[in-house]
Amino acid sequence: MMEDMNPVLVTTDELLAPGHRACQGCGEALAVRLVCKALGRDTIIVNATGCIEIISSALPQTSWRVPWIHTLFENVGAVVSGIESAYKVLERKGKRKRRKITFAGFAGDGGTADIGIQALSGALERGHNILFCCFDNEAYMNTGIQRSSSTPYGAATTTSPAGKRSIGQMTWKKDMPEIAVAHGIPYVATACPSFPIDLMRKVRKGAMIEGPAYIHILSQCPTGWRQPPNLTIEVGRLAVETGVFPLYEVERGEYRLNFDRYPLKPVREYLMKQGRFRHLTDEVVEEIQRKVNEKYEKLREKAGLK
Amino acid sequence: MNEGGPRGKGRVVGLEGSHAVSEAVKMANTDVIAAYPITPQTHIVERLAEMVADGELDAEFICVESEHSAMSACIGASAAGARTFTCTSAQGLELMHEVLYVASGMRFPVVMVVMNRALSAPLSIWCDHSDAMAVRDVSWIQMFAENNQEAFDLTVCAFRIAENRNVLFPAMIHMDGFYLSHVIEDLVIPDEKEVRDFIPDYEYPFPLDPERPVSMGCFAPPYIYPEIKKAQEVAFERSKTEVKSVLHEFGEVFGRSYELIESYRMDDASIAMLMMGSISETAMLAVDELRDDGCDVGLLRIRLWRPFPFEELRDAVRDIDTLIVVDRCVSYGMGGPVCAEIKSALYDEPRRPKIVSFIAGIGGRDVTVDHFKQMFMQGIERAKSEKTKTDEFVMFGVRE
Repeated sequence: MMEDMNPVLVTTDELLAPGHRACQGCGEALAVRLVCKALGRDTIIVNATGCIEIISSALPQTSWRVPWIHTLFENVGAVVSGIESAYKVLERKGKRKRRKITFAGFAGDGGTADIGIQALSGALERGHNILFCCFDNEAYMNTGIQRSSSTPYGAATTTSPAGKRSIGQMTWKKDMPEIAVAHGIPYVATACPSFPIDLMRKVRKGAMIEGPAYIHILSQCPTGWRQPPNLTIEVGRLAVETGVFPLYEVERGEYRLNFDRYPLKPVREYLMKQGRFRHLTDEVVEEIQRKVNEKYEKLREKAGLK
Repeated sequence: MNEGGPRGKGRVVGLEGSHAVSEAVKMANTDVIAAYPITPQTHIVERLAEMVADGELDAEFICVESEHSAMSACIGASAAGARTFTCTSAQGLELMHEVLYVASGMRFPVVMVVMNRALSAPLSIWCDHSDAMAVRDVSWIQMFAENNQEAFDLTVCAFRIAENRNVLFPAMIHMDGFYLSHVIEDLVIPDEKEVRDFIPDYEYPFPLDPERPVSMGCFAPPYIYPEIKKAQEVAFERSKTEVKSVLHEFGEVFGRSYELIESYRMDDASIAMLMMGSISETAMLAVDELRDDGCDVGLLRIRLWRPFPFEELRDAVRDIDTLIVVDRCVSYGMGGPVCAEIKSALYDEPRRPKIVSFIAGIGGRDVTVDHFKQMFMQGIERAKSEKTKTDEFVMFGVRE
């Protein structure tokens, strides 16, 4: 499964320097660190406004050892398009020497699936040679845990609180990887820092492939998920093992399930580790279980496992 | 102001205003163009797309999905060290609004032409300056062109000004939609080589480059934000010197020189009318006719709108008694925005003219020579009466 990535060969280079200001147990900071290791120094990163930008860039300090730019919340797709185009033309005109550089866009779920989806869709459609990583912590964590379209059904957030008349988030999570697939781009994958080698392999593959690549990374958030910081890795594992967040990749339209633990663990094991789901009744948990089963079966079908 | 026919160094060609801009962008050997279509800006990008398709211009043309992305892509390209251009109008400029502040705050010398157009609602594709006035505070160098020769020349100068190491601010050239964009005029187009010599290859001081990693766009806590903003204001204010010197150098090389504020028949005038953009050419005819009738009137036109030319304005109105300001925009609940700024700039002057405010030509309504004569006459009357205090401004020629 992870044939082309030897854990022993993972670089000790830290391109996201230690000493940043992320919360204890932050899955996103870990994911970014792993992505940077996979990308190496010949990378230019465009970062949306959000947790990662805030924890890494308070003037006059920076955590970045690679060229990094932040401008706004919703425009990563466009800014990274501009950089990639600039390099293309400057190299063609001989104003810059040719070299392989990865143009990476980083955004949270809001900067990807909500406010940033237009710029991202434009960038994918135009076919820029970019790698876009969505660090999905399933709500607007930086502003204080407000719901996004990527927040899962039943999760309590500050703008989708559980109450007498509400189970929390009333809508199902937007399927962003499938939206990326629908653009017909050469590479789409899901990943989670609880599976670091798988994550780094996918990042490397996405960076090597000519054309747009999209990687959707589940990024555990102890603060917003109401989960003890020391459970970050375990919660990520459970997300995958219960089928709530399956690890798969779609290369030129071909689906491949990277981790197919079948039958799945019950979703309850994943949900009950997190305070954001603690109000859920058995009925709602059942409803979530049915939905997860249904989606997982469809995914297995697409991957030719049925 | 442009009196008489084409002049200066180059060949005379009949060219549409939009295509004149495209020509300037081509001659600047622009690297990246990112734009989204909006009337009346479209002809610029259509022509540029043709130039790229035909290999006349070696550039990346990014057909973005919105103006917000157009400016964002320009920022990215500029950060990577490319010479960048975009253009838009009205709603497009408004959609870019927050990105404009980023371009200037991060000191990217993006050049943009704005084909001025009214803002919705109601929808109007026709000219006025509401789009320009909505972006007064964005820290972009802004100049208003009177005609298409000037539009070409200012676009060329804009690259040179914006990319100067002592400047590094984005620059916006305003052109009146349709009145300039879609009008064919005889223009003097200089030799491409001379234009390239005038705008040498550009090197951004700290581009995004893995060989020399930089962090751009870090956030600023309260202990550092005001210092950064003051540095920006000081640098922006100083860029005026560079604007002046580039315009003068352009004059020396190409035979057409431009001032920050233009005056017409102002030598012995006691009454002046002030405006921006293309309507001044019509107003000049009104001045000529009134002069023939013995009125000592003259005309002032602001070319450099930002940074604001305080000294030049004070000098220009030093000897006049009455100043009639014609705005092409309404600042609702306030009046004419240009007039408000003129009043504020002159407030501390020991001797200042009576100032009368008109708003005319919004949403593409034509302003004729007769209209200007009427505004002169009414303006002179209003200046004499005490009424100016209660009658802050008049929207000229509007049916009630």
